[in-house]
Amino acid sequence: MAEPVLKVTDLTKRFGGFVALDTVNMELNDKERLGLIGPNGSGKTTLINCISGALTNEEGTVNFNGEDITQMKAHKRAHMGISRSFQIPKPFGTMSIIENLLVPMEYAAWDRVDHRNLREQAMDILELVGFKDRADENSASLTQVDMRKLELARALAAKPKLLVSDEAMAGLSGSEVDEILEILFALAERSVAIIMIEHIMRAVMRFSERIIVLDAGKKIADGSPDEVVSNPDVEKAYLGE
Amino acid sequence: MKLDKFWISVVVVLVAGFAFTKLVDNEFYFFATYVVLQGLVMAVAWNILGGFTGYVNFGSAGFFALGAYTMVALNKAFGLPLPVMVLIAGTLSGLLGLGVGYISLRLKGVYFAIATLAIALVLETVVNNSHYLGGAAGTYVIQPKESFIFDNYIELLFMFMLLIAVVATAVSRYLSASRLGMGLAAVRDDEVAAECMGVPTLKLKLISTTTMGIFMGLAGSLFPFFVTFVDPVSAFSLLIAVNSIAMPMIGGTAVWYGPVIGALVLGVVQETATVTISSELNLLIVGVMLVGFITMAPRGIVGLYEDYKAKRKGQNNG
Repeated sequence: MAEPVLKVTDLTKRFGGFVALDTVNMELNDKERLGLIGPNGSGKTTLINCISGALTNEEGTVNFNGEDITQMKAHKRAHMGISRSFQIPKPFGTMSIIENLLVPMEYAAWDRVDHRNLREQAMDILELVGFKDRADENSASLTQVDMRKLELARALAAKPKLLVSDEAMAGLSGSEVDEILEILFALAERSVAIIMIEHIMRAVMRFSERIIVLDAGKKIADGSPDEVVSNPDVEKAYLGE
Repeated sequence: MKLDKFWISVVVVLVAGFAFTKLVDNEFYFFATYVVLQGLVMAVAWNILGGFTGYVNFGSAGFFALGAYTMVALNKAFGLPLPVMVLIAGTLSGLLGLGVGYISLRLKGVYFAIATLAIALVLETVVNNSHYLGGAAGTYVIQPKESFIFDNYIELLFMFMLLIAVVATAVSRYLSASRLGMGLAAVRDDEVAAECMGVPTLKLKLISTTTMGIFMGLAGSLFPFFVTFVDPVSAFSLLIAVNSIAMPMIGGTAVWYGPVIGALVLGVVQETATVTISSELNLLIVGVMLVGFITMAPRGIVGLYEDYKAKRKGQNNG
């Protein structure tokens, strides 16, 4: 079997005395679509912060493409091809939509993009999320759903090998969820491995090939969507005993 | 084409400045324009960090005074040629800027601003207690007799400051238009997101704070020879710190020419008022203009002009 693109080994993260993640192990294969779920406060965002480099873990290792990146800074990880969107959108507010995409192209994807036609490449991505005619609009005045789309578009502009989508759908309506899902499927087709954090089970079940469940910092299940929903530990974590 | 226009203007400004020294005899004009140019350098430098990168520096006077007092010390100890001392002064305040950049790792927003203010206060205390630098009483600096190819020393200082102003503006313009400038803007808008998009935020912040420090130090470096008497009250003057913030705010912080415009407008108003009304009025003028612009035109003169252009375009289309 091929080497996993991401391999997390015995990762433990503490905030003072609080153990946010407790010896978590996980692997992600190339082009795989992984769902990461768990109740509030179970450590999902902490885990992807440790993967993307926003936080560094003191114990355990994170390997990406066979390289140990545990101590690597976030911007270097972005150069290697880890990209993420944020739960609370963080657009570059003084820039237009397309400029938001040019930042990761000029930085994270510096080695991977053709610098002669950056704007056209950015337009391709904007077309994918439906912003083709709105490239020069200011990004600070977008609606919530559009900001989520921008988050994904910007993450994609970094030409990632691994994309982490952190609750891109929280608070959106049913049809908006479908829109975002479609975008994520389109990204997956561009041979990007995706980790999707989501509370909306309908979306997670449809999207994921495999699901990992966290509860109180521990991994309690790892398997196909059907296996995971019938797992008694998962049921207990969500519904109590 | 735009690049050509800029460099042509640079040459025109320098040539005009030189012609000015040859054609005008009244020393007052050189004193007045020197002060405006000094403000311009401070404003452009402040804006590299404050406008492009989003870190507010309240301690501009500290960098300025570090440049000035480095000159005092070097002049007293070694009496080196002016350009050499100026370069050393710029380097030292650049290093202070670098140090301030590392502070930005831990402090953001208003806390960073307070830290810069504290640094200026620490430096002022050091100078106040340094006998060698003249302490609180101040010290005299004697202008050299020879003034190179100029008629007097003030013309030389004016031309030197004009050169620094042009270099500062060119660097600021390069920073704002380049890939580096895009990275700085990303840091300003959202540092966490910038880092995750591959922007080496610390490195860019250090470049930004160091560049700011260098130019503020350069702006201060000629000050002792300009006034010939330096004391902490004048070198760490509140007006210097306030002007460095007010000029970019009035001109517009988003683009490289914002602080240039702001410095020219505010500087000329201040100098005119000094002669025609009273020199005590300066701080009041800054205050009133700053309040006026912040409340009515938060994007400065550049913003006002852009709004006007957009409105006219809208009318033409409609």
